[in-house]
Amino acid sequence: MSTTTTVSDRTPAPQLSGRLTAAKLPRWAPAGVAVLSIAVGCVIGAGAGLASHIQWGLISALLFVVLSFGLSAKVEGVRQAKDRLATSLIWVAFILAVVPLVSLVVYTVQQGAGVVDGNFLNHSMRGVLQSGPGGGIYHALLGTLQQVGLATAIAAPIGLLTAVYLVEYGRGRLAKTVTFFVDVMTGVPSIVAGLFVLSVWILGLGFTYSGFAGSLALAILMMPVVVRSTEEMLRLVPNELREASYALGVPKWKTILRVVIPTAIGGITTGVMLAVARITGETAPVMMLVFVSDSINPDPFNGPQMNLPVYIWQQYSQVNNSFGYARAWGAALVLIAFVMALNLVARGIARWRSPKAGN
Amino acid sequence: MTSAPPDHPGDRTPASTTPPGQPSTSLRGTGRLGDVLFRLASSGSGVLLLVIMAAIAGFLLYRSGMALSQDKTNFLTTFEWDPDNIVKPSFGIAVLAFGTIVSAAIAMAIAVPIAIGIALFISHYAPRRIAQPFAYLVDLLAAVPSIVYGLWGALYLVPHMAGLNDWLDHYLGWTYVFKVSQHGAPARNLFTVGILLAIMVLPIITAVSREVFRQVPRMHEEAALALGATRWEMVRTAVLPFGRPGIISASMLGLGRALGETIAVATVLSANSKLSLHLLDAGGGTFAQNIALKFGEAGKPGMNALMASGLVLFVITLLVNGGARLIIARRKEYSGANA
Repeated sequence: MSTTTTVSDRTPAPQLSGRLTAAKLPRWAPAGVAVLSIAVGCVIGAGAGLASHIQWGLISALLFVVLSFGLSAKVEGVRQAKDRLATSLIWVAFILAVVPLVSLVVYTVQQGAGVVDGNFLNHSMRGVLQSGPGGGIYHALLGTLQQVGLATAIAAPIGLLTAVYLVEYGRGRLAKTVTFFVDVMTGVPSIVAGLFVLSVWILGLGFTYSGFAGSLALAILMMPVVVRSTEEMLRLVPNELREASYALGVPKWKTILRVVIPTAIGGITTGVMLAVARITGETAPVMMLVFVSDSINPDPFNGPQMNLPVYIWQQYSQVNNSFGYARAWGAALVLIAFVMALNLVARGIARWRSPKAGN
Repeated sequence: MTSAPPDHPGDRTPASTTPPGQPSTSLRGTGRLGDVLFRLASSGSGVLLLVIMAAIAGFLLYRSGMALSQDKTNFLTTFEWDPDNIVKPSFGIAVLAFGTIVSAAIAMAIAVPIAIGIALFISHYAPRRIAQPFAYLVDLLAAVPSIVYGLWGALYLVPHMAGLNDWLDHYLGWTYVFKVSQHGAPARNLFTVGILLAIMVLPIITAVSREVFRQVPRMHEEAALALGATRWEMVRTAVLPFGRPGIISASMLGLGRALGETIAVATVLSANSKLSLHLLDAGGGTFAQNIALKFGEAGKPGMNALMASGLVLFVITLLVNGGARLIIARRKEYSGANA
């Protein structure tokens, strides 16, 4: 017994396709069945006069699952057939999920690509008829950058300090409570954050609608995300670095500022950028708090501003207005491109400068 | 213990006793000004987060109290939303609660099995060369803003749902739930909303469950295979039981998103204050969507009423998320045991 385990320890997991087993479908069988079922699916679809190609696809998928199960059950036995059934179901799930997600991206690019040009990017909607052509997103772009910038300036330091507290100082009941509520806060619906700022800042304290009010709500949404990711990064910093610093007589706060945070700065930057990407797309709280403006307002503390997601919403809301829809798609394309670029850069930084645990 | 100098021999713990990645907290600040200030600042911001959470709950409670005292009808069972009516302010959350729960339930019923399938595909089925970029793609899709989903849902998905609606009506109309009473109307109904929400939460559920499936101890899987299990039997006996708490909490995180989604619902649904079990008929509403649509024209009582509905949503998501976190936290205790 013991010799067997040592052998299996050393060699990679044995493939269960030994020659001693019963009959087995050839390797090309799944591909063959797939081709066959697609062909039959198309024939049925065309024969029954089904207009939607999605139905053709569904019939083919169903045929594939049934055929490969039946074939395998006949040749290989029920257990192998169940295995093939699970495999084909998982492939179907994969394809089912890819279709809408890819369709979303492709459709947005298709609709938006023709709209986005220099004029669209550096003009506002001031003096442009909502039902007419022209106009652009400059005011919304500016508003988004300012509001997200302000929100980051508020949320990033607080989030970072909270993470430092949780990792370096936190013990006992307070730390546990903070951890739990940070987790719960990640799930606060954005509209609730908007309502809260509305009730405190605007209805309670009497300030007017402004970009800054929107930033406050965005900051509330951003804080827990920053705390989560920063905390994970700080925990990856090897203890030996801290101990070496203490051994040299460096005070704790200086150790944190000069040793711990610089070691984890790559991961922290990634976390903050991902959080920025998340709040950039928030619509609901901003819509309630910054109001709507068609002209450029460069002052986020005074007067209504605009914001890309709100701009999309505004352009969409004019029902059956093809110019509005076109502008909405253009803005959506710019928004997706911005968010995806942030994501890609953030993940690039993470790969480039991640702290390596334990060396 | 706190006053012991850092280089005291008794205080030095060998590196091997503290697990890597768990910073030792045995060295505390020794009363230097910088240390005191830094500790105050960091614990202060921790407390600030708690204060914000408490303030959200407190302010919503306060406003809801004001709203409920003016409501002439039962808040829980009333259908219409008319808080600014001077003569008889009446509003209730029956329709909103129904719409929120039904659309989220449809989303979960569709998204969870598919997300588990994709997560298994990435972690155990796909050839490595496909799995890596695809995992990356799923993460990117999780970042697509909800307004873009909303725009796509309203302008692309709704027209394309017409065929499915007719089909469901034709073959499943007898179930009452899938009966269409106005033929030819655009599919701006709770069912479409549920499908859109499913597409939106799919990447999140997938990402979390994938991480859990990846942590399944290799030895468990190899033991199952060595006993002659097929790949599916290995997944069923080794991967899924280990990953179950992870799947549950991932689904609850997705559920939290689906419950609180605002703008995508607001673009797709054509809302009204009718509570109808005909899921394919346009109408209904959700908490978040109602707030987004009504706050613009709401007067003071109207605003308070919206805050009351926001409080209900807040409490629901708090419970869902808190539950998810508790499950994850319990899981941490045994996760690394056999790895």
